[in-house]
Amino acid sequence: MTATIGVLSLQGSFNEHIAALRRLGVKGVQVRKPEHLDNLRALIIPGGESTTMAKLAEYHNLVCPMSFLCSATEFPALREFVKAGKPVWGTCAGLIFLANKAVGQKTGGQELIGGLDCTVHRNFFGSQLESFEADLSVPELAANEGGPPNFRGVFIRAPAILEAGPNVEILAYYSVPFGESTSTEADIQEVFGIPHPLMHSFFLKMGKWKSEESLMCASATDSSLDDEERERGEADSPSEISSNTEALFGSGVCKILGV
Amino acid sequence: MSGGSSTGSGVVTVYGNGAAIAEATKKSTFSVKVGLAQMLRGGVIMDVVTPEQARIAEEAGACAVMALERVPADIRAQGGVARMSDPGLIKEIKRAVTIPVMAKARIGHFVEAQILEVIGVDYVDESEVLTPADDAHHINKHNFRVPFVCGCRDLGEALRRIREGAAMIRTKGEAGTGNVVEAVRHVRSVMGDIRALRNMDDDEVFSFAKRIAAPYDLVMQTKQLGRLPVVHFAAGGVATPADAALMMQLGCDGVFVGSGIFKSGDPAKRARAIVQAVTHYSDPEVLADVSCGLGEAMVGINLNDDKVERFASRSE
Repeated sequence: MTATIGVLSLQGSFNEHIAALRRLGVKGVQVRKPEHLDNLRALIIPGGESTTMAKLAEYHNLVCPMSFLCSATEFPALREFVKAGKPVWGTCAGLIFLANKAVGQKTGGQELIGGLDCTVHRNFFGSQLESFEADLSVPELAANEGGPPNFRGVFIRAPAILEAGPNVEILAYYSVPFGESTSTEADIQEVFGIPHPLMHSFFLKMGKWKSEESLMCASATDSSLDDEERERGEADSPSEISSNTEALFGSGVCKILGV
Repeated sequence: MSGGSSTGSGVVTVYGNGAAIAEATKKSTFSVKVGLAQMLRGGVIMDVVTPEQARIAEEAGACAVMALERVPADIRAQGGVARMSDPGLIKEIKRAVTIPVMAKARIGHFVEAQILEVIGVDYVDESEVLTPADDAHHINKHNFRVPFVCGCRDLGEALRRIREGAAMIRTKGEAGTGNVVEAVRHVRSVMGDIRALRNMDDDEVFSFAKRIAAPYDLVMQTKQLGRLPVVHFAAGGVATPADAALMMQLGCDGVFVGSGIFKSGDPAKRARAIVQAVTHYSDPEVLADVSCGLGEAMVGINLNDDKVERFASRSE
């Protein structure tokens, strides 16, 4: 049976994700309303403008003279999905959405789905002039999935993961000079991006593993997955697993400070 | 920049200090330029003239704002030479929002583009809405680190701009008219040519490229992709949620709305409605819903009137 993967299609690079899934023989469906989440095995939240996506998700709640829009808001539906332990992968803006905490937001902040125990800095690098691409070392991914040991990350007005909880496994880092003393480095964990087939196949595998896991420990609260972080300890301790969640990346990157 | 306090003050210092990032990294490659446009897909880019309007746009869900001194409708009404906006104003708008900020430079005016680049705008629109500075040449956009968006009326013009370095294309339409007819004409022309190209024998592409005055390699790339090789937005005359959805159904990747929002009766509501219309462009129920009670739309201009200046024909 083919797993059906949803791609949140409010705004951003959802077409690219669906195209990448198609190349892998997987059907990706566009998710624009809460009911589209029904019967999905996993969900990808793409890159784009996180404030735009948050607003669009919120509109289902706020602007709804019509009952089909009022019946459920997108955020509760998305949170529900994450809590159900289904795999969720966020790239770039999607990572921001999944983070438990975000800094560098617009005036008034923005709504997050949460679930991934980390702090994300929105638009960490600055304006478009600071956007860049770089090779990231992904030894674990290469060992598990094959392929080259480096992954070309494209960081476009990308977020960075500043801190991650103990149950979050970081699959890649990107170092940036820290302050004036270049000897201190910040690591990055990833995020963003341009969908990459390798990442998608990794996600699919994780999704498979995860769903089995969820069956085994159905009461675990959450879950998720993602590229970057996969939980460590895969099977050993279901209760801990439940606290991690997702992550993801795409082609991007994010970082974390390792100071 | 705000935030970062929870993780140590050093983060703030790193921000924007891009030059020191490891050598293996590359900035401003074409893929990085195109990448931002990809992130804008399915979104609405709104013209704003004050930081307050920028905030309204951001709150409505705009994926970027275009910082201007005058919206196109006012440029049309007031006449005279339209130039790049005051960099101070653009900086204020940049400070007001976290979404990407674009700004317009005159066609061929590479110094205006240099100024916009140095103040850190995220995208430069080399725009026919401003009075052209060079009637024969566009800016060589490969010389810049900042990405450019350019207007087009047909496939040949789009590919010429891409060859010059544009990382995003929009239809020209007729800005400031509230009349979508030209934008529809332009997107139909581009999409129609692409459909014809896809069905064309490879041997015929040489003469087709010559006929539309476009570089052969980009024509072939377009044929293979079945679409423009960069993101393609609609612009010029979009005034209602239905206009925006029309442009999306015709195949555009997103929409620019200029005068249509802040020249209307209830800008915040209209902005929000257009954002939703672009996301749900193929769902008439949602479109009907968001189109209700928007107040007065901007007054349109009938393009059959000979006195109306055609901005779109200012460049080739």
